[in-house]
Amino acid sequence: MNSSSEIKTVSIVGASGYTGGEALRILLAHPFFRVQQVTSERLAGKPVSSTHPNLRGICDLKFEKAEDLSECDILFLGLPHGESQNRFEEFAGKAGVLCDLASDFRIKDGALYEKFYGHIHSAPALAEQFTYAVPEVNRQEIGVAKHFAGAGCIATCSLISLYPLFASGILREQRAFIDAKIGSSATGASPSPASHHPERAGCLRSFQPTGHRHTAELLQYLPNNGERPEVYLSATSTSEVRGILTTAQVFVDPQRTEADVWGVYREHYNSEPFVRIVKDKRSIYRYPEPKLLRGTNFVDIGFELEPETGRLVVMSAIDNLVKGSAGNIVQSLNIRFGYPERLGLEFVGLHPA
Amino acid sequence: MANDPNGNAAAKKLTAVSPITGAIVELPANVEVGELIDDPESGDELEVVSLDPITLQPAPQEEEDWGE
Repeated sequence: MNSSSEIKTVSIVGASGYTGGEALRILLAHPFFRVQQVTSERLAGKPVSSTHPNLRGICDLKFEKAEDLSECDILFLGLPHGESQNRFEEFAGKAGVLCDLASDFRIKDGALYEKFYGHIHSAPALAEQFTYAVPEVNRQEIGVAKHFAGAGCIATCSLISLYPLFASGILREQRAFIDAKIGSSATGASPSPASHHPERAGCLRSFQPTGHRHTAELLQYLPNNGERPEVYLSATSTSEVRGILTTAQVFVDPQRTEADVWGVYREHYNSEPFVRIVKDKRSIYRYPEPKLLRGTNFVDIGFELEPETGRLVVMSAIDNLVKGSAGNIVQSLNIRFGYPERLGLEFVGLHPA
Repeated sequence: MANDPNGNAAAKKLTAVSPITGAIVELPANVEVGELIDDPESGDELEVVSLDPITLQPAPQEEEDWGE
């Protein structure tokens, strides 16, 4: 453990976006982190609260240009995909620990990266310096990590729910079919014709039936027995602003029961502070419900087994901007620096929401 | 057997395995057949159907149909 209660300085490059803003919200309330600078090339000189109105009266920082960054202990990178890998040296010179909120350093397999991102990584060796920041599946590496690669939101939601099943040997085959329903904030803060309100409102839009980039993370980080697992992911956008619900289908051996599945999750996640198994017939919310998780770092997992076929349906929900992005990294930093894991992430959500 | 602060012999905890989750369920010392106990993990109601050995089974629930 690398325990230290010394205050650490944190800056955020690209803090005007949704993930950068969420990182800022969480870091401002963390007792051991002090936010030093936030940058936005477009909004330099403007107050942060004009872009993130939830921080009015909480944060009096103004956006600065990245060229004016001072050295700090930890630097968050909330840049469009591709910029972190191209500007690594610039940022590594500013901080000992980099936390990339984009997808530049998640994939270590160059061929896998090229297949799902459509281009060759400009600095493939750098990925080895980054640790995938999903504590539920990567805790030991996080404890000694140099830099952090923030995980994709859909990947986080599905990976945490499926990892124990793939690791346990309970599955008939190492194969999962995943349907992901996701809120509009996952597409970022930049508008497009597709996000224009008259076009977007009320949509239930199948936006990526195949080839979603987060598939690569699942292929890389799901446990395997020497063979890469099979993952078939389809993504649908909803009218919600925040939240993801993934519904995965896997198959278990016919003699397996729901008690076996409970046992698998108990073994893996009993001591995890942010994982909850939600399967309550008596509740209005009998299975995971994203709206109850807004603003929280929880991942709720539910399941139901169809005994006659062995089909196991696994539901998982998160807030895409918290557990699916900034919260996951702050949790990882808490582990890395020996802080209590819930620090800064204590919000339990709202009900009714 | 250890005594409690009042000098009484500490009662041995009664436990049973939930047929739903496989979790260990703690039962009161004076548990009776027909009693309903909550599964500590899922919250499902379990009915005590025998005492020797202690056996639990899922309690009957009203079914909902949301597919109408």
